[in-house]
Amino acid sequence: MQHSNKYIFIYSVVMVVVIAVSLTIVAVTLKPFQDDNIRIEKMQNILASVNVPITEIPKKKVPEVYAGFIKTAIGINNSGEVIERDPAKVFAIELSNELKKPVARQILPVFISVLKTGDSIFVVPLRGKGLWGPVWGYISFKNDFNTVYGVIFDHKGETPGLGAEINQDWFMKPFIGKQIFTADGSLVSIAVVKGGAKPGDLHGVDAISGGTITSKGVQKMLFDNLTNYEAYFKKHMK
Amino acid sequence: MDNLFNLFVRSVFIDNMIFAYFLGMCSYLAVSKTVKTSIGLGAAVIFVLVVTAPVNWLVDHYLLKSGALAWLSPQLADLDLSYLSFIIFIAVIAAIVQLVEMVVEKFSPSLYNALGIFLPLIAVNCAILGVALFVQEREYTSISEVTVYAFGSGVGWFLAIATLAAVREKITYSNVPKPLRGLGITFIITGLMAIAFMSFMGIKI
Amino acid sequence: MSDPNITREREPIFSAKILKLLKNPFNLENPITVQVLGICSALAVTVQLKPAIVMALSVTIVTAFSNLIISALRNTIPSRIRIIVQLAVVAALVIIVDQLLKAFVYDVSKKLSVFVGLIITNCILMGRLEAFAMGNKPWPSFVDGIGNGLGYGLILVIVAFVRELLGSGKIFGIPVIPRIFYQWGYMDNGLMILPPMALITIGIIIWVQRSRTRELQE
Repeated sequence: MQHSNKYIFIYSVVMVVVIAVSLTIVAVTLKPFQDDNIRIEKMQNILASVNVPITEIPKKKVPEVYAGFIKTAIGINNSGEVIERDPAKVFAIELSNELKKPVARQILPVFISVLKTGDSIFVVPLRGKGLWGPVWGYISFKNDFNTVYGVIFDHKGETPGLGAEINQDWFMKPFIGKQIFTADGSLVSIAVVKGGAKPGDLHGVDAISGGTITSKGVQKMLFDNLTNYEAYFKKHMK
Repeated sequence: MDNLFNLFVRSVFIDNMIFAYFLGMCSYLAVSKTVKTSIGLGAAVIFVLVVTAPVNWLVDHYLLKSGALAWLSPQLADLDLSYLSFIIFIAVIAAIVQLVEMVVEKFSPSLYNALGIFLPLIAVNCAILGVALFVQEREYTSISEVTVYAFGSGVGWFLAIATLAAVREKITYSNVPKPLRGLGITFIITGLMAIAFMSFMGIKI
Repeated sequence: MSDPNITREREPIFSAKILKLLKNPFNLENPITVQVLGICSALAVTVQLKPAIVMALSVTIVTAFSNLIISALRNTIPSRIRIIVQLAVVAALVIIVDQLLKAFVYDVSKKLSVFVGLIITNCILMGRLEAFAMGNKPWPSFVDGIGNGLGYGLILVIVAFVRELLGSGKIFGIPVIPRIFYQWGYMDNGLMILPPMALITIGIIIWVQRSRTRELQE
């Protein structure tokens, strides 16, 4: 069928407008649901880092459980001063956006959970780069700001079976109980050791064989992010 | 530099478009009967990938991403157009393929004769859109990374189709069980080649 | 519908012809094993059953509705921009599906990652639009879309079933292989989880299908 240029032009304009309008309507109506999912996932991650068995909690209950565990959250700056005390605002901080800002203007979140024993657990978000894309996670510390209480990692597109293993228990569990400061108080973070950490190594865990670059990415992520918190940790260390 | 080389090797051998992600399988299966046409299509894929992936990255980075429009005016900083990315990417790819076809036809008839017939096929080749989407998902930060990744993926695709075509040319003389002839054996060959490629996984650079 | 003339002109909604459109893609005209369409975007999601089923449903919905829309518009589409119009409709539908997945089955949508977007370049869509929807009425086109989407989904589900069962000993994430088997020395086959086995599984499916249906042999 032959059509004039005018017809084709009008046809494409109408098509573009119709499609753009309908897509925008769909995107805008579904946005709250999607944001909800992302929020719940973040809560699940934070809960997982304080060793709450998140797979047993139905999705709808997550905010409730979260509220029960994480009572306070603060935002600190690079020199360890608290500059934000509203938990809702701290929760809304996107670490990836903060890290792009100049160091002096970054607001770094700390989530605080109080255990039944009365001890506080401090959760810190992490973000870094793996082999193929971003890796991120949360790590929690006992109130000596030194000993790891729990950890969770996740990734976007690491190689299945290799780098992707960072979100598996066998990789994450060994972090528990490790320490990030040496006895004389310098920050060494936790190394991901290729070929396996020595038994009794307080500052190292096993790397993933074949997933060297992802393992190194996790190590660098831990060191870089914890460096930002060093001042705060040292101030409150007992 | 090290990083770029690493990225290149990985995208060719380990995260190969065909063997690891099955992208571009349709044309891969349909055009791999003779080596000559496969090489033509493979070259066209490399070419189109290297042109489209950086353009799509720029579009994503400066127009679509959440907060990407901040360079226009600060009020637009909250705008997130990423839901439009699929349709914009495919439009960019289709437009560039069309443009490349016209330019090549005009300035290099010999190249047009070699690649020309494949270009329209390529607009709907999953590998092209796939690379654009992977680039978006993996949050590459510089245009050089994107170009190297696109080039590597293209070379990987080229290698895959050229080798398969070579095998298929030979296999026409073999006595394959009847029900397996044609498509069936091609799938199995591709699977075996993929297993062979997996041995690159342990590679350390 | 009181006017008998109109009822006589209309085909019944499920005539034999329509049923055939629905049934053929499962065997004689299966989009993957016979028409060789749409292998691209989907095999990567066949490691587990759940994402494979979601993927199959998404493809079915997109094929059915894009067939319906294009067929309804087929007489108005200027032939010079035909492909672009088709791509635009398909891309818009895929975006809608993607947004719905992100809103309601977030964990699955994370697993599918870029492969939802790749439905756009799934050859099944363009193939069916060009071969069927451009020349047929909306209702048969819609049914054709559903048939092809499901025929495609069938293969995905078979492959995913085999891979999840042999690869991790689970179905829908629930372990089904009795513990005692492992004590006797049975092991999950890690190779099944890796991409090459998806290709080989399809090769075997084609082999079985073609030994049973001789007219498909090449």
